[in-house]
Amino acid sequence: MARITLDNLGHAYMPNPQAPADWALQQLDFEFADGGAYALLGPSGCGKTTLLNIISGLLVPSRGRVLFDGEDMTTRDPAARNIAQVFQFPVIYDTMTVRQNLAFPLRNRGVPAAEIDARVREIAEMTDLTEMLDQRASGLTADGKQKISLGRGLVRDDVNVIMFDEPLTVIDPHLKWQLRSKLKELHRRIDRTMIYVTHDQIEALTFADRVVLMKDGGVVQIGTPVELFERPAHTFVGHFIGSPGMNLLPCIMAGDKAMIGDTAVSAANAAAVKPGGSLEIGIRPEFVSFADKGLPVRVTRVMNAGRYRIVETVTGSGETVKLLASNEDAVPSDATHLSFDPAFTRIYRNGWLAGEGRDA
Amino acid sequence: MRTRWLIPTVYIIFLMLPIYWLLNMSFKTTNEILGGLTLWPQTFTLENYITIFSDPTWYMGYVNSLIYVSLNTVISVAVALPAAYAFSRYRFLGDKHVFFWLLTNRMAPAAVFALPFFQLYSAVGLFDTHLAVALAHTLFNIPLAVWILEGFMSGVPKELDETAYIDGHSFWSFFIRIFMPTIAAGIGVAMFFCFMFSWVELLLAKTLTSVEAKPIAATMTRTASTSGYELGLLAAAGVLTIVPGAFVIYFVRNYIAKGFALGRV
Amino acid sequence: MRKTVNQKAWFFILPVLVLVAFNAILPLMTVVNYSVQETFGNNEFFWAGLIWFEQVISSPRFHDSLIRQLIFTFSILAIEIPLGVIIALAMPRKGMWVSVCLVLMALPLLIPWNVVGAMWNIFALPDIGLMGYTLNAIGFDFNFTRQIEDAWFTLLLMDVWHWTSLVVLLAYAGLVSIPDAYYQAARIDGASSWAIFRYIQLPKMKRVLTIAVLLRFMDSFNIYTEPFVLTGGGPGNSTTLLSIDLVKIALGQFDLGPAAAMSLIYFLIILLLSWVFYTLMMRNEE
Repeated sequence: MARITLDNLGHAYMPNPQAPADWALQQLDFEFADGGAYALLGPSGCGKTTLLNIISGLLVPSRGRVLFDGEDMTTRDPAARNIAQVFQFPVIYDTMTVRQNLAFPLRNRGVPAAEIDARVREIAEMTDLTEMLDQRASGLTADGKQKISLGRGLVRDDVNVIMFDEPLTVIDPHLKWQLRSKLKELHRRIDRTMIYVTHDQIEALTFADRVVLMKDGGVVQIGTPVELFERPAHTFVGHFIGSPGMNLLPCIMAGDKAMIGDTAVSAANAAAVKPGGSLEIGIRPEFVSFADKGLPVRVTRVMNAGRYRIVETVTGSGETVKLLASNEDAVPSDATHLSFDPAFTRIYRNGWLAGEGRDA
Repeated sequence: MRTRWLIPTVYIIFLMLPIYWLLNMSFKTTNEILGGLTLWPQTFTLENYITIFSDPTWYMGYVNSLIYVSLNTVISVAVALPAAYAFSRYRFLGDKHVFFWLLTNRMAPAAVFALPFFQLYSAVGLFDTHLAVALAHTLFNIPLAVWILEGFMSGVPKELDETAYIDGHSFWSFFIRIFMPTIAAGIGVAMFFCFMFSWVELLLAKTLTSVEAKPIAATMTRTASTSGYELGLLAAAGVLTIVPGAFVIYFVRNYIAKGFALGRV
Repeated sequence: MRKTVNQKAWFFILPVLVLVAFNAILPLMTVVNYSVQETFGNNEFFWAGLIWFEQVISSPRFHDSLIRQLIFTFSILAIEIPLGVIIALAMPRKGMWVSVCLVLMALPLLIPWNVVGAMWNIFALPDIGLMGYTLNAIGFDFNFTRQIEDAWFTLLLMDVWHWTSLVVLLAYAGLVSIPDAYYQAARIDGASSWAIFRYIQLPKMKRVLTIAVLLRFMDSFNIYTEPFVLTGGGPGNSTTLLSIDLVKIALGQFDLGPAAAMSLIYFLIILLLSWVFYTLMMRNEE
């Protein structure tokens, strides 16, 4: 069990990084609290696996330090860090039985046989592997193999952190749910720090207490799933999280109101907007509704999404605005107006949420 | 381990020593060779190579070898392609038995076949032709080519075939225009191994030829026995037999290791 | 892969069947034919039953060749397989040195077999060969044309030189197909280098090593040209392996009946041993 501190961390795969694009991982300072459930979320190539490998010790960072409970681990061997990792593709020892697989990390550390046996039984029970203990591991299905990987991590009681690198990639869709809730349940039961890397927002938002959203090697926002949804720090977050993503409309400031064309819109952070820069209004489809007056638009498309409908509209200047309508509501067939909930309407300057210090 | 590179390095030096000795000897005069041991030619001479390139009984040996090796490679791969496709895609009566029987031919000792081959190819009038050697070598090259190609083809999902048929390709148009380019690496590897085993074989090639199609390897053994021990000439001829192989390896270097790995036992 | 039943697939393998049947079945029938007949020349043949088989099986000459063959084959398997695996493990996995290693190591495989024999002959000659001369210079009494042990030493060394690379290439192909995640997981699980070899690398190489053992077994059992050029089977008969003996009987003495019977026994031994190897190595599969 440990608190993990990333101190001024950065990594480049090339020897002499100059431009920011040379860094696979931009400067990063962060602390994973003991026992937390974290998700590293971001598109492919954003640096999340690099970060994971630095924490697990498979990679030594170009600069900065990794601390476990204040102890410097930056150059320690993975085995010395007492961590566990579940990989994207199931890694199991083919020639061993499930039992031998689970016992492997303990045997390597010279734990007495009786203790190994007890521990393996306990973990097998936790991961629903008890009935397969004496089968050959290579004969199991993909989700069974991932459970073995997970079990090999859990079997050591001194594990500091368990890391997951897109562990559900090869799992059948109907089993993903099961395995995901299993992870959640295990986290509550054993109270270990867990870090879950994924590019799937649903996996991240349902698993984690705190989500670290990354892009181009840098951290864009760290927050609870609700914060990421309601208060995106960057237009990228608004776009990446939510389905459909946040609407973005170019605007200009007129006093304390934002102007989209001729329509004045009030925004939660309007007072904090500094002059200059390129400005956009960000509003999630969930907080847009039809109104008698407001932003004039034409309805162009209505898509049924099951429990609700997604309505696509177009403003006079050709910008698309999406909104959600319940199945009962009437949707105007052509020209209409939209109103935005001011509490969730935010202005972004140069991509960043205005007034938070990063919008320079 | 920091000294790990030592193992392959020592091994490669061990591999290169006899080759260096052969090369060294090929540039020496007969007098120098027989006179004693010198690590480097004292009187450097190209005489041995000039003899080989100016005497048709020598250089035609290379031409003959290259002709039957190429013929064999083309025949083996051409007939192995459809067969490998059948084994990788279809189930049919006796498929496994035929596949195994094919592979047993790879186990046949050439010495067992030398005499019957001589009689067989004489009977059909092919004795001392390039075609005879090329056909004889298909005995062990076809099983190998089928085996390698089958491995590569099994790695190509069947959906590729089905998509092509839906797109309106006929079987042969699909096979030649889509399937063969897809397994190009496998064809390369199969051709490499056919070339290799045909190029290095001597017993059958020597038994089935006398003058017209005599391979370089046979020229070397006969010259050695008839015109005394001309070691320099023999060494130069040996060096020249390494050259085609070295070329071929260079072109397929990224695939040789994969070739057998993908084949199925 | 799911396969569809299609009897027309036989047409695809027809060309292969025709060629291999022409090359394998016709000569094999000739051999079988000779093996049960007696001839006194003039193309006259008489039924001889199984006497040639009895004669070969009970002949000390055949026993000696077979024992020499078995010693040779098992020696080179015992040297080349572990050596090939060790070299493959030590090879670089990335970068330009991979190509350099592969090209140089594959070189012996592409040299005609008689050239391999001739090359080793002049390399090992005690007076003008680098190896023979050096061995004598540092105090060994080395002469492979006169002394049996020296002949065997040279023969085995030549085969190791010639064929270990094949094992290296196969083992290496097996090693590079192991995903990085396996090594990473093993490091996290605290596995020692030996445990990594035993539980990750060896199991993943099993298939290619089976191929390597089978190929090396078959080819070493069939070996003819290299030892023939190197030692001619001597000194005496000390390096006369099965193929050399067979060619001596068939083409040298033209004893067709015994040669044919020996051919068939020889072939059956290879088939049987290959099958045993294959079954043993695949026993734990599935």
